[in-house]
Amino acid sequence: NLLGVRHILLVLSGKGGVGKSTICTELALALWHGGHRVGILDVDLCGPSIPRMLRVQDRAVHQCDSGWVPVFVGQDRGIALMSIGFLLERPDDAVVWRGPKKNALIKQFVTDVAWGDLDFLIVDTPPGTSDEHISTVEALRHYKPLGAILVTTPQ
Amino acid sequence: ADAPVSPPAEAAELRARLRAGRHTVLVLSGKGGVGKSTFSATLAHGLAADEDKQVALLDIDICGPSIPKMMGLEGEQVHQSGSGWSPVYVEENLGVMSVGFLLSSPDDAVIWRGPKKNGLIKQFLRDVDWGEIDYLIVDTPPGTSDEHLSIVQYLSATHIDGAVIVTTPQEISLQDVRKEINFCHKVKLPIIGVVENMSGFVCPKCKKESQIFPPTTGGAEKMCQNLNVSLLGKVPLDPQIGKSCDRGQSFLSEAPESPATLSYRNIIQRIQEYCEQRHSREEKSI
Repeated sequence: NLLGVRHILLVLSGKGGVGKSTICTELALALWHGGHRVGILDVDLCGPSIPRMLRVQDRAVHQCDSGWVPVFVGQDRGIALMSIGFLLERPDDAVVWRGPKKNALIKQFVTDVAWGDLDFLIVDTPPGTSDEHISTVEALRHYKPLGAILVTTPQ
Repeated sequence: ADAPVSPPAEAAELRARLRAGRHTVLVLSGKGGVGKSTFSATLAHGLAADEDKQVALLDIDICGPSIPKMMGLEGEQVHQSGSGWSPVYVEENLGVMSVGFLLSSPDDAVIWRGPKKNGLIKQFLRDVDWGEIDYLIVDTPPGTSDEHLSIVQYLSATHIDGAVIVTTPQEISLQDVRKEINFCHKVKLPIIGVVENMSGFVCPKCKKESQIFPPTTGGAEKMCQNLNVSLLGKVPLDPQIGKSCDRGQSFLSEAPESPATLSYRNIIQRIQEYCEQRHSREEKSI
């Protein structure tokens, strides 16, 4: 499912609240405006921010033969997005999962989403250096990500 | 779902370490970067201002421990003795424990999966010789995952007065904080209340107030009304707060006249009152 993706970028920070999700969203929008096909994979399972930032928080995901169909943003379906936000019954439901369960979903997000052909897949991550980060990097290793962008504030 | 519970032998061990008569406050948020650690540090300093109170500050943010720097304790190491690990003392009555003290260099990344993090948190509770403490403040990382489940599970043997949940006014933060409130309900953790940080900025030059993070959906106030939890207070943005954190100084001491200090002090008092009332209610019921 990732074979049609040309470049994979991870957006990381050690710190929370510095603007990772904001940067992911703006970067995706800028690339799309530049005529590229873009996808965002949101692996922040406890605090998924991307759906609201792209105003698609009320959408749901569907299955197809090749796996999950991402949510397409905009009338021209310019940006494809996958987030746990779309899998919650209610938006305020807490995802109270220990590492192994988070790891399993991240693997699915990497292998089972029908992204199609994309120029860029941007991966938004939660703060820290733990399960989500280790699992995402391990699952993506085969597809040789372009690299990571690190976000911080001045403090 | 029921609150997770420790096995009996383990529970007895933890109870012995963290004796009764002590108040425990967890500082939580669903969201990162809203000021949990800043608030935990400020709360600890505020409580320790009463020299008769023994305060313990436990930092269970394993990947991003901010407390050592904020308390001016960077570079300190933990010492072992016959009675366990010694906390690092800022004041005689204020002891601190964090993974930060166990790293050889402050830039070392702690790249651990959940089970290893849980193991360290258990050690922090079981092996640290806190002595007789009046208040245990626990600073947590953002989210609702291993660290949060573990601390509630391990402390279920003793007594948690409740959680203070920190947010900023933006909907992006409140969205995650509502999840955290649901987490507390799920694990039967009482909520002392919510603190809204970065709530307005008063320019020191022209004194005009601006909303740097506008409360587009009503801020913490509206959320608290909707979810029937207490709003403990709102703390305005003050650049001195960030500076004090970076320098490891107590903001309350560095900027005693700041409106933010006044807010913090009011919030700290409300937390103390909550804890004292809870204590006397429980004593009555016994």
